[in-house]
Amino acid sequence: MTDLTDLGVAALRDGIAGGDFTAVEAAEAFNANIAAAGVLNAFIVATPEHALESARKVDADRAAGKTLGKLAGVPIGMKDLFATKGVQTTAASHILEGFTPEYESTVSQKLWDAGAGMLGKLNLDQFAMGSSNETSYFGNVISPWRRCDGGNAAMAPGGSSGGSSAAVSARLCPAATGTDTGGSIRQPAAFTGISGIKPTYGRCSRWGIVAFASSLDQAGPMARDVRDCAIMLEAMAGFDPKDTTSLDLSVPAWEAGLNANLKGKKVGIPREYRVEGLDADVAKSWDDGVAWLKDAGAEVIDISLPHTKYALPAYYIIAPAEASSNLARYDGVRYGLRDLPDGANLQDMYAATRAAGFGAEVKRRILIGTYVLSAGFYDAYYTQAQKVRTLISHDFKNAFTECDVILAPTTPTGAFGLGEMVSDPLAMYLNDVFAVPASLAGLPAMSVPAGLNREGLPLGLQIVGRPFDEQGVLNAGLAIEQRAGFTARPGKWW
Amino acid sequence: MGMSNYRIHGATGEWEVVIGLEVHAQITTQSKLFSGAATAFGAEPNSQVSLVDAAMPGMLPVPNRECIRQGVRTGMAVGAQINKYSRFDRKNYFYADLPQGYQISQLYHPIVGEGEIEVILDDKDPEGSTKTIGIERIHVEQDAGKLMHDQHPTMSYVDLNRSGVALMEIVSRPDMRSPVEAGAYLSKLRTILRYVGSCDGNMDQGSMRADVNVSVRRPGEPLGTRTETKNVNSVRFVMAVVESEARRQVDLIEDGGRVVQETRLYDPDKNETRSMRSKEDAHDYRYFPDPDLLPLVLDDAFLDECRASLPELPDAKRHRYETVLGLSAYAAGVLTADVESARWFEVLVSEAAAKAGKSEADLAKQASNWLISELFGALNKAGKELSDSPVSPAAGAELLALIADGTISGSIAKQVLEKMLETGDSAAAIVEREGLKQTSDTGVIEAVVAKILADNADKVEQYKAGKEALFGFFVGQTMKAMQGKANPGMVNELLKKALG
Repeated sequence: MTDLTDLGVAALRDGIAGGDFTAVEAAEAFNANIAAAGVLNAFIVATPEHALESARKVDADRAAGKTLGKLAGVPIGMKDLFATKGVQTTAASHILEGFTPEYESTVSQKLWDAGAGMLGKLNLDQFAMGSSNETSYFGNVISPWRRCDGGNAAMAPGGSSGGSSAAVSARLCPAATGTDTGGSIRQPAAFTGISGIKPTYGRCSRWGIVAFASSLDQAGPMARDVRDCAIMLEAMAGFDPKDTTSLDLSVPAWEAGLNANLKGKKVGIPREYRVEGLDADVAKSWDDGVAWLKDAGAEVIDISLPHTKYALPAYYIIAPAEASSNLARYDGVRYGLRDLPDGANLQDMYAATRAAGFGAEVKRRILIGTYVLSAGFYDAYYTQAQKVRTLISHDFKNAFTECDVILAPTTPTGAFGLGEMVSDPLAMYLNDVFAVPASLAGLPAMSVPAGLNREGLPLGLQIVGRPFDEQGVLNAGLAIEQRAGFTARPGKWW
Repeated sequence: MGMSNYRIHGATGEWEVVIGLEVHAQITTQSKLFSGAATAFGAEPNSQVSLVDAAMPGMLPVPNRECIRQGVRTGMAVGAQINKYSRFDRKNYFYADLPQGYQISQLYHPIVGEGEIEVILDDKDPEGSTKTIGIERIHVEQDAGKLMHDQHPTMSYVDLNRSGVALMEIVSRPDMRSPVEAGAYLSKLRTILRYVGSCDGNMDQGSMRADVNVSVRRPGEPLGTRTETKNVNSVRFVMAVVESEARRQVDLIEDGGRVVQETRLYDPDKNETRSMRSKEDAHDYRYFPDPDLLPLVLDDAFLDECRASLPELPDAKRHRYETVLGLSAYAAGVLTADVESARWFEVLVSEAAAKAGKSEADLAKQASNWLISELFGALNKAGKELSDSPVSPAAGAELLALIADGTISGSIAKQVLEKMLETGDSAAAIVEREGLKQTSDTGVIEAVVAKILADNADKVEQYKAGKEALFGFFVGQTMKAMQGKANPGMVNELLKKALG
């Protein structure tokens, strides 16, 4: 019998529906993998019973001849940024350690409604702030990937959805939820040789997701291939009256719409992304991508996104500004950590609680955000950054008059080793340089595996589409996937 | 428009006071501005708190359409420009009663722009003493919760029932120049809000409170430095704050001091304001557009509905009472000063007219006199509000109709009203039961008149000799003899005839 943990979402769904195996068997197989992969630290909390309980219900429904949901029996990992009723939800922070919501996020509820079960809450960068999963209060996630130099240096799984990327690529779950504020789905997907899509801003409800930067945060799936991403996204997306920024649009049948024939499509190659000194392996994978898309029938053209170089600075003003305000609610008054030194007054309690409850990177961003919003600096920073954001949106709008999707690398390099970047936050921030523009413009964007670099580590290619055109993005991703022939997977050393 | 000549008389000369008010009015709605939690006053602490109000992780605000509607209607009622595009901003600061760590408000793009209110400075002279006070803006925002310091010896407790309740902040121009003007503005604003139904105006329950900005200057000179006295919760206190704060500033300046821009609190027991915090330790609120909320864009259909739903407003009503119903300016002012008295009056007039088969204009004066001098007087004596009146407008109308159709006289009506207030019975039932019907039987009245004249032959002589003032005496004697139940018109007529 096949190892069920080698199966993806579609194969599990179809196998369970067809009676090849039971949902309980699938859940047990993944539960066992998770139990044996503690060293990766991908989960903050494993919830094997949750997965089993959903699986039992699916098996019973199937036996009773009931119609099964679109994800019936598929156990998944849930990034610990999504509030899950009765299950600790921490955002990988000390300040929310032990916090157990009495509510379920809209996205996770939709997944359970579709028949999925929860294997556990996945580790992440604290409050989704980071690109290496090294800012979690619950320890680093270790990528299952290693360099091909025979060494055993621990590699970063990317961030902030590093638990999600590590778990999917290590076969601890067939798919996981992620959130992407400035690349937090795409960069970890690229680092670990999996696929991930950030839909158009507003496709997935933000209700019940611990907020980092409200105008940028978007949930999306991470899975082993494009089809699985399409299936997951269909279950996760949809209008939610509880989130006024959610899109009041019906959810397209993305899986059924998958089509790798790109005849008549135009693919734009943004010249500003071809920066001087671009990593040679990354440049080569980009060229490969161009060739694959041409092979799929697309016409490839040069385009310009002239304000690209201002995207990262603008992002690192807007995102921290919103975060500084969004994180003000963690004050020790109503829930979560409270540090109340002897004789402390209210201000002392705030200071002690937040000093103890937030990690260094979170504090850095709160300070940056507080600074850029303060009187006298607001116009120079925040207002200016918003203008840049508008210009970047216009760049994309103009480009999409000429092309249907844009192809670029997901990251400037492959994965780096844990600890290699922590002393240089700017270098770390630069890792998201190709991902951030699409976030600022709210566009759908996905990363698919393209190959391995000279270190034997995965590289991803990024496809950015027009607003609401997830289908176009998924189709281009599928065309690459079919031609890249990416079958590499990490050796099981754990 | 009257110019105020209110002056503070200082040791070095006269000072003019300049006043602006920021009024916070709680919007009358079932639920809060951004959550479905209830807003009822006086509920158990923390019994009206949603996940949004408690700022649980991942919770998002959703604007309550009714709150927006009431903000727009209020703007329309003060003749203000309505901004079809507005936006919510976050005002960031830490406090235990502010769960989100920010208040959602509107700084940069308020929903309502400039408008104005005309106030009457002297009730006795409603025509001759008006002043127009400018309104700079109205915006919609969340209220904070409440700290309770009396529950525990060393700790303060937090009640979040008010957290997230919708408020309108109505900001005036610094157009007021005296305590009377400030008081009249606040009263008039309260009247308008109650007419519109956007705020119940219950100042003692905190539904309406004012931040009072006061500065002083030599007449004709540029504006002085202002102070802001927060959360003043009655018209009387607003007037007192203006008076005491202006006096404090004048004394301070004349003693060689300088007014500092600061926030102050009013102590009603001592009738003085004291410093709360100065500009130097003022918060930097780091306002920025709330990224959880899209800009608010209002369409014409929504605005049309808001406009169409507005009731007749106090100024228009007062004008109509004077011109169409023929009431005095004073009576029209009294009756329109509160939406409840105007509503009461209008039901009273229309029912009385219908019962008596007369036009409203015919009965309006009588109704207004009766309401103001009889019912208001009686309720006042009993310490009751009009809204608690045991006599309904319909019951009052029945009483008026009995006067109008000659069934009872005005003086009997007073007795009937007393009984109505006591028993809650209808006027007709009381008249019937107590036998108070007035006599219009010519024969009966003629007989009484004859007897009165016979008994007072000396006075008849004097009358006939030219002392015409005695006519009233004969009327009084006749009425007295008939226990007030004679038709006064007929008594007059028959007496005249009998006296030749």
